[in-house]
Amino acid sequence: MGRLKRIGTTLGLFALTTMATLAHAGPPLGGTMEKQPINVPAIVMFCLFVCLTMGITYWASRRTKSTSDFYTAGGGITGFQNGLAIAGDYMSAATLLGLSAMVYGQGYDGYIYMLAFFAGWPIILFLMAERLRNLGRFTFSDITAYRLDQGKVRTMAAISSLTVVCFYLLAQMVGAGQLIKLLFGLEYKVAIFAVGILMMVYVIFGGMVATTWVQIIKACMLLVGGTLVAILAMSRFGFSYTNVVAQAQAVHKLGPKLMYPGSLLADPVTAISLGLGLMFGTAGLPHILMRFFTVTNAKEARKSVLYASGFVSYFFNVIFLLGLTGIIIVGQNSEFFVGGNIKGALIGGGNMVAMHLAKAVGGNLLLGFLAAVAFATILAVVSGLALAGASAISHDLYARVIMKGKASETTEIKVSKVATICLGFIAIVLGILFEKQNIAFMVGLAFGVAAAANFPVLILSMYWKGLTTRGALWGGYGGLVSAFLFVLFSKSVWVDVIHFKAALFPYTQPALFAMPIAFGLAFIFSKLDGSERAKLEIEAFEDQYVRGQTGFGAETASKH
Amino acid sequence: MSSEMYEHMRSNPKFQELVSKRSRFAWTLAFIVLTMFYGFVLVVAFKPALLGQPIHQGSMVTIGVVVELFMFIFFWVLTGVYVYRANGEFDSLTQELIKDAWKENK
Repeated sequence: MGRLKRIGTTLGLFALTTMATLAHAGPPLGGTMEKQPINVPAIVMFCLFVCLTMGITYWASRRTKSTSDFYTAGGGITGFQNGLAIAGDYMSAATLLGLSAMVYGQGYDGYIYMLAFFAGWPIILFLMAERLRNLGRFTFSDITAYRLDQGKVRTMAAISSLTVVCFYLLAQMVGAGQLIKLLFGLEYKVAIFAVGILMMVYVIFGGMVATTWVQIIKACMLLVGGTLVAILAMSRFGFSYTNVVAQAQAVHKLGPKLMYPGSLLADPVTAISLGLGLMFGTAGLPHILMRFFTVTNAKEARKSVLYASGFVSYFFNVIFLLGLTGIIIVGQNSEFFVGGNIKGALIGGGNMVAMHLAKAVGGNLLLGFLAAVAFATILAVVSGLALAGASAISHDLYARVIMKGKASETTEIKVSKVATICLGFIAIVLGILFEKQNIAFMVGLAFGVAAAANFPVLILSMYWKGLTTRGALWGGYGGLVSAFLFVLFSKSVWVDVIHFKAALFPYTQPALFAMPIAFGLAFIFSKLDGSERAKLEIEAFEDQYVRGQTGFGAETASKH
Repeated sequence: MSSEMYEHMRSNPKFQELVSKRSRFAWTLAFIVLTMFYGFVLVVAFKPALLGQPIHQGSMVTIGVVVELFMFIFFWVLTGVYVYRANGEFDSLTQELIKDAWKENK
């Protein structure tokens, strides 16, 4: 039993670091990350991408005038475009690299992980998408603060949003620097500056319009690149799944066990906590939630999820094939191993399977293309994060809390641009400082806070009449603090970063424990709140409920 | 003005119809997805060997792969079903509701 638990914890850690990182963010930091020779096709193709997106940013900057343009592209993105952009947010460079590497190493387990990522989307559609669109305007705090105390609730939501954004951004930056060093042969610092500065340019000049289009272009590149590699690889096996599996089992160290669930999800507590964290963490990430406000109405919001989940589902199956064919094509080719030893380590580390596969089936040109896609992907994700962080500062803290709704649009946009510059510089400086640090816990922390601080208050404010300001504050801060402490006391920080001997909290996934704390506190303190203000807040739910259901009032809100 | 409009809508029987139909539909679909997904997670945790079995003797295709591929497709089809009904039936009901409320408001 003790052994099982230990395995569970180790795997949980692995799961936390890999999965969460894979889902949206910077690449997991497996293997050595030595600098590679300068990759010319990759740099040329990436420069083309930058030129194209700069052109779009210029075009977008001329159309970005109001706060609504800046935060939500004026609400004028179509369902299809937004679907691609959401898929772009969700399928990062690390999804492509990390998940294909997981299938390469663990076989079927990688496929199970991908289903766990995907399963949250239908739930978001059924229970959240239309109410988000009907109630929200620029940030998700618009919804939580709808009938509660604007100042206090928005401050709370902005703090937890910024916590999520900062940790996530930092994890992205460090991952990006290392990946770019590896793929392009650029210096780590150069890579960090390039990512940070391009991100600032996109967001400051182009706002949500540019950010969305960067995301769309990158999603298309990723879909095309991945599909192309998969087709070329499958053509070597006569497009027969049976051939691929038969040969993969013959050469893989797991043998026939390759297609069995392995040990990754052996501990039920970790498995369920991870599932909860991914599902509801996704539903609490500020940059994902913000995407729902960019479409015209609930109809388009629903369509966005349909398209997004279609692309994600398709792409995960492509990645599964990349991993399986990689076992044979990459795993048996000494060219891709350090010192030519196929029992040893892959050149560039374990996550390079998809890149090596691209080189094996399509030469340097395809490798260059895929590397450019990876860089583009990182840029798109950090831009989305920076915009979400900037809007929490300018829209929630500045315009609503400090100026109490009396700020002019021009100054609000100015504040968000200054906020973007600050976030960009913080990201660059911390990215350089943290180059050699173990940052794996940061993505876990971001997800934990999203699932435990943002999600419970958001869903309660939409569904539960009885939520009051006091309950929301206790739930939100309680979730934030408990998620933070659970991660701090878990092995990934307490032992791996601070170097204590044993972890105080046995699991690495906070969601299963921190979410009930947040819900419980929100419930108890709402029930105990007998103030006059609480009575008015409960009464105000009726109107909010009708608006959430019908969307009446939402369209006028997005125009003004 | 808004508050009166909301009052009109709330008292319209169509509102109750919309809310109860849509909630039932959404929660049923969510229940199907959650049951299948967490059921699958429990099989992975407690009966992993089952998923590694071939679908028939000598096949390279295992039960686990088939079940998962099915879920990938089925969950997506469910989102399609929801979007179809919500963007059609539920949205026209919502439009009627808003129109009725405007009439009453005059």
